[in-house]
Amino acid sequence: MFMEWETVIGLEIHTQLATKSKIFSGASTTYGAEPNTQACAVDLGLPGVLPVLNAEVVRMAVMLGLATHSTVAPRSVFARKNYFYPDLPKGYQISQFELPIVHDGYLDIELEDGTIKRIGITRAHLEEDAGKSLHEDYHGMTGIDLNRAGTPLLEIVSEPDLRSAQEAVAYMKKMHALVRYLGISDGNMQEGSFRCDANVSVRPKGQAEFGTRAELKNINSFRFVEQAINYEVERQIMRIEGGGSVVQETRLYDPNKGETRPMRSKEEANDYRYFPDPDLLPVEIDAAFIETVRATLPELPDAKKARFVEQYGLSEYDAGVLTAAREMADYFEAVVAAADGQGKLAANWVTGELSGALNRADLDITASPVSAAALGVLLQRINDGTLSGKLAKQVFEAMWNGVGSADAVIEQQGLKQISDSTAIEGIIDEVLARSAKQVEQYRGGQEKLFGYFVGQVMKATQGKANPQQVNDLLKQKLDKS
Amino acid sequence: MALDANAVAKIAHLARLGINPEDVPEYARNLSAILAFVEQLNAVDTTGVIPLAHPLDATQRLRPDAVTETNDRDNFQSVAPQTEDGLYLVPQVIE
Repeated sequence: MFMEWETVIGLEIHTQLATKSKIFSGASTTYGAEPNTQACAVDLGLPGVLPVLNAEVVRMAVMLGLATHSTVAPRSVFARKNYFYPDLPKGYQISQFELPIVHDGYLDIELEDGTIKRIGITRAHLEEDAGKSLHEDYHGMTGIDLNRAGTPLLEIVSEPDLRSAQEAVAYMKKMHALVRYLGISDGNMQEGSFRCDANVSVRPKGQAEFGTRAELKNINSFRFVEQAINYEVERQIMRIEGGGSVVQETRLYDPNKGETRPMRSKEEANDYRYFPDPDLLPVEIDAAFIETVRATLPELPDAKKARFVEQYGLSEYDAGVLTAAREMADYFEAVVAAADGQGKLAANWVTGELSGALNRADLDITASPVSAAALGVLLQRINDGTLSGKLAKQVFEAMWNGVGSADAVIEQQGLKQISDSTAIEGIIDEVLARSAKQVEQYRGGQEKLFGYFVGQVMKATQGKANPQQVNDLLKQKLDKS
Repeated sequence: MALDANAVAKIAHLARLGINPEDVPEYARNLSAILAFVEQLNAVDTTGVIPLAHPLDATQRLRPDAVTETNDRDNFQSVAPQTEDGLYLVPQVIE
């Protein structure tokens, strides 16, 4: 019997907050330092130390709360989550349990068909990261680096509102853009600054109760979240249709094999015995502080997108592409400023030629060899008629390869568009003089030959003649008998 | 609420405490007595009382986000049983 299944997904996103020091100690959070050189007595959990909360993590959590229309808790409490693992020296992780700092908000995502879907945010809580275990090369022992221990994390937990891997990716991307817009995280997924766990279950379409879920751990790329969920959904459906049932368990995604598998663990799962951490007092946040933070919120992706459509006359699609990342939006606006306000032209070039070149070179917008100011000048040369679109692409390529500024390339390669009508007329006359037969045929009614004349003129000018002028002048000359 | 021998063994395992099996009945009796003592609190009407997160009537002080700790690895690792390449070495945790 064929049955239609519905996928239910909730995401827990761990985002590392971009502070200088750790959440409870004054040790540095800089990535990539020599092992254990940034792990102080507090991070090591030595006896007699006292954690003191970093003011910046509170401000950042409030920012995320405001940006996701959430309630910022006037009083939140840190709790100990107890479990044993060598990279967790205290034997517990300081987290928040019953009273998180942020709760009950939402984030709107755009689905592939353009509709907007609201995804509930259950809560966001502050916690410390654990260290790293290195399982290789230590003659049968495990090496522990505690530099990451105590790094501030904000765990953002969604409602089970997502209904497909694509929706999960859209939500994750939107949240990724948001934390970067807010400047509260660098969002670097390779370095683990932004990673997620996915709770995945399936149920027959129309059924109200949720199916049994599996938790997929530590997914650190947009591609993997989609692959892991799709694999897991398929696995669960096959299991149920084969007469079995889904077991509630934690599974790891293996990107090399493209599959999820149960975590090998003899640990008593989820028996964390949370209790309020007696080393830390309740965190109180008053309305005045929240308003101070609200005043510093930057323009957020949705607002920026609407403004781009309004102010520059861009399509929804282009505005969406340009505002997906703050750096891209900033680059675009810098181009517009340098190109005398040519918003649409700038959008075409940034999403087209520039993005294509960046993709091919696997570069981020911030690493573009062509600066926004330089691209702006190129667009000015299109706008003032110096360059045709085709020549502009040639100039862009030279700029990309480091030849020089737009003006320097135009000068050096003699690419200036010919817009002098006397010069163009002279060339047209030459072409017509040596094409007497074609002129006769054209005038005899073979109007398709017009393209031939345009081609000849362009060839004679190495593509530099202003195409509009060539068209106009050719028409004049051919049509006068 | 009373704890049986299984519960005691489980708690000991979660806390990574090695206990002698012959001591388990004694622990179960003592821990159950402690729980029974605390259970008297259930007789108090706590309607409208905000759960106490900390015995002190104070709120968390915050520190400015500044790096104040310098590298003291050699000192810390001087008391570690085994280190290599700057790492603390521990018995293998995965098979």
